[in-house]
Amino acid sequence: MMHEANRRIAPLILAAFGLAVVPFVTSDYVLHIAIQILLWGFVYTAWSLMGKFGLVSLGHGAFLGIGAYVSPLLWNYAGLTPWLGIPIGVLMAVLLALIIGYPCFRLRVIGHYFALVTLALSQVALLTIVAARDITGGSLGMTPRAVGHSWYALQFPEKPYFYAIALVVWVFGIGVWHFVDLGTGRAALDAIAEDEGAAAAIGINVMREKLRVTVASAALTAFGGALLSQYFMYVNPDTLSGIGVSLQIVFAAIAGGMYSAFGPTAGGLFTIALPEILRISMGTNFVGAANTIYGALLVIFIIFMPRGIIGLVERRLAAAPARI
Amino acid sequence: MLEVSGLSKRFGDFPAVNEVSFALRKGEILGLIGPNGSGKSTTFNLIAGAMRPSAGSIRFEGKEIGGLPAHKVCRMGLARTFQIPRPFRRLSLIENVTLAAHYGSGSAIGEGEARRRAKAAIETVGLPGANTSTEGLGAAALKKLELARALATQPRLLLADESLGGLDHTEMEHAALMLETIRSRLGITIIWVEHIMGLLMRVVDRVIVLDHGEKIFEGLPEVAARDARVTEVYLGHARA
Repeated sequence: MMHEANRRIAPLILAAFGLAVVPFVTSDYVLHIAIQILLWGFVYTAWSLMGKFGLVSLGHGAFLGIGAYVSPLLWNYAGLTPWLGIPIGVLMAVLLALIIGYPCFRLRVIGHYFALVTLALSQVALLTIVAARDITGGSLGMTPRAVGHSWYALQFPEKPYFYAIALVVWVFGIGVWHFVDLGTGRAALDAIAEDEGAAAAIGINVMREKLRVTVASAALTAFGGALLSQYFMYVNPDTLSGIGVSLQIVFAAIAGGMYSAFGPTAGGLFTIALPEILRISMGTNFVGAANTIYGALLVIFIIFMPRGIIGLVERRLAAAPARI
Repeated sequence: MLEVSGLSKRFGDFPAVNEVSFALRKGEILGLIGPNGSGKSTTFNLIAGAMRPSAGSIRFEGKEIGGLPAHKVCRMGLARTFQIPRPFRRLSLIENVTLAAHYGSGSAIGEGEARRRAKAAIETVGLPGANTSTEGLGAAALKKLELARALATQPRLLLADESLGGLDHTEMEHAALMLETIRSRLGITIIWVEHIMGLLMRVVDRVIVLDHGEKIFEGLPEVAARDARVTEVYLGHARA
């Protein structure tokens, strides 16, 4: 037993050590990529909390956008520290999730219809940001007022600081994923995903369970959005809100594998690294190439690897001992 | 135990259930029969909270439950089965039943207690191998799973929806016997909706016959079998 436990824990300790030493052995460029993978991985993990129970939301761009914009706006216009601005943004995202979730779940809007309703939400958020250009900077985006290295303003020009923050937040996201995945809560959500009527008939409060996971997912997504804007020190409606971002989130989570804890992060690795590789190898000749390749790959993933990259790896590993 | 009065459900202009009233005594097995489209399934769904009544009242143990959501009705002690079994395929057999025990009983219970209740329910209905998956279970086993899930919520009233449908003759005999056992051993009152009349008539204490959403008979099964109107709408249909 002990031996088995050691075998399970050893890779985790090794991985933690590996992740912790990254800032000391790599360049700022690699760190920049790593921070993005961790933060986006966190956002994708947040989406998969809903996605793996059949709640395919195309509205997460809205939650991400709220998280990304509220704190910088409060900082720029009211001088409010992100330590308060971020929770306010998260609360607003939660409120929006409830406003959208409640009627959807009450009227049993599920499957494709749920995806369509949330898709509209994404676009409304984008258009609102663009329309309020006097405050938000419209499609040109906005920059939080820079004050240099400051814990109060949560601004760190040095990358290792943000790497540490991103790492902690990402680990927290994986923790939440595991928490939702364990116990009767997961079984209840699985049951709801399959048959809401039968789930209600055995006493499961379908509305409450769905709202809970939706709120958790929206809150974490908004939190991720806030950290992305703090890190980039720049928010833009196209990169942190709207349908494009929503689709990117869905693609990454599905490609990586939304049924595995590390799947969405693998999706992050994929979606962050792929455009970088394309950019380096092709220069600026094929600006739209990444999106085209995403599209083609998404179709391939959904048809041939519905459980994503990590799902496939897990299946291979599980099958391996049997073959020997 | 259950009083239904003036219960109606309209779908647009179509009255699926029209002014149906009846009362149910504790410990009774009541048969609810009628030809296809007679409104028995709708009546059933109204009582179980799967649909909201257009008019009328449903009182369970003195409390109004008409229009309450299904999960609340279940937690109050009124469980149902489905005509076509609806197992949760992502979950194993024991998980299916444990989930019902956990959420359906109306009071917060621990994981251990939920599992204990689930095992007891599985044993009562006679399902073998609690840890198996639901894949590959036959019609009879799926019907048993439906029943086990309902029993795990520890109901005082069980709504059994066409427990005999899709079973062969021996399995039907077993299923009918099972309902009798559930009443006598667990003291659970039962409303049994059925399309197949023969076996039901042997087991139930009283029978209600619906036709076109209206109650056309209420009384002893042997009297129903001789009733001219019942024979006409029900047996007449069956012979046709």
